[in-house]
Amino acid sequence: MSRALGPFAAVLGRDLLLAWRGRADVLVTLAFFVVVVCLFPFGVGAEPNQLRAIAPGVLWVAALLSTLLSLHRLFAQDHADGTLEQLLLTPEPTVLWVVAKISAHWIATGLPLVVVAPGLALLFDVEQGALGVLVLSLALGTPILALLGAVGAALTLGLRGGGMLLALLVLPLFVPVLIFGAGAVDAYLSGVGAQAHLLLLGGGLLATLALAPLACAAALRIAVE
Amino acid sequence: MLYANDLACVKGDRPLFRGLSLRVAPGDLLRVAGPNGYGKTSLLRILCGLAMPESGEILWNDVPINRDRESYHRSLLYLGHAPALNDLLSPLENLRFACSSGGDKVDEDACIDALVRIGLAQQLDLPARVLSQGQRRRVGLARLFLEADRKLWILDEPFTALDVAAVADLTSTLSEHCAAGGMVVLTTHQDAPFAKAPTVLDLAEVAC
Repeated sequence: MSRALGPFAAVLGRDLLLAWRGRADVLVTLAFFVVVVCLFPFGVGAEPNQLRAIAPGVLWVAALLSTLLSLHRLFAQDHADGTLEQLLLTPEPTVLWVVAKISAHWIATGLPLVVVAPGLALLFDVEQGALGVLVLSLALGTPILALLGAVGAALTLGLRGGGMLLALLVLPLFVPVLIFGAGAVDAYLSGVGAQAHLLLLGGGLLATLALAPLACAAALRIAVE
Repeated sequence: MLYANDLACVKGDRPLFRGLSLRVAPGDLLRVAGPNGYGKTSLLRILCGLAMPESGEILWNDVPINRDRESYHRSLLYLGHAPALNDLLSPLENLRFACSSGGDKVDEDACIDALVRIGLAQQLDLPARVLSQGQRRRVGLARLFLEADRKLWILDEPFTALDVAAVADLTSTLSEHCAAGGMVVLTTHQDAPFAKAPTVLDLAEVAC
């Protein structure tokens, strides 16, 4: 176990360090999220009831788009400079460092969204109790987006126009996450309780955590061949 | 011992070579020769397990490499065309990561010694993007000083962009590795001053 932990920590640590050194990229993703969310009140008007109603959906769609914006970076640099080949040649299971890379990616791009989301939700006058549900749904949902997106990023690695293809490939897969994520807040507000939605998101997270890295590893092997 | 039997390689629609067999025993240094486009790099990638051959099989200690990938890759060190350097990290950080991600214990001092020995004493903490081609090459090669316990070294054009002194140091390192029971497979267009002449495998002979 401790032997496997070494490479996992090495990849996680390196990718977090790289995210820190290239923090402009990370900030662009976050800024995109904030700007997209802030555009909606201008578009649909400042009627408080309407804003309250669309808030969960707007925040979730914006989170989904900004996740998409950063996905192509997940493996591209390592693919170009040969690091990916070296990682595939390590004796450790491929899944291990794939999970480390996705975790680092989520910490750098997904976690900031979860942190700023409640602040943005206040702009839409979302009530206090629902803020917790929103944060929880994003905390459970954005890792699913990162995991599913990683499979798409691995499949489109090195292709011309890969960015566009990536969007077409993964956006349909994001739909269930969007439905249950935004639905959780709506369910809380309507008094039904968000438990069912959040449990489904949690289950979805566990399932993708178990399956997506396997698919991702297989796709990466094909990509370097 | 590395043994490849009846390998064939097809790139796109074009067959590159067919019926290639080779055997590398402890102490052997095999030089893969052939003009550009004859599949030297493809062969090395197949030998590593990065690419699949069209047909044929590769055995490491009499076990097919895809059946026991882990122990094969534990004994293998492959340095390809791309130097596996991240521009935002220093040579030291890159080298440390290359070792630790492979599951090897990393000793900070040993890493520094390896980089100093290969001639990067001044560049230890600079970001890799300011290094020259030859210096980038050297960071990858520094791993050779650290991972002598990996028996099989597969090196794709290790001498490219290196100056004369570095080539001499590298050839002596390779010879030492072979003398200690290691195995080296490499491609090069240069005549390197090896103490003992390497076995040559000419891909032009098995080309389709």
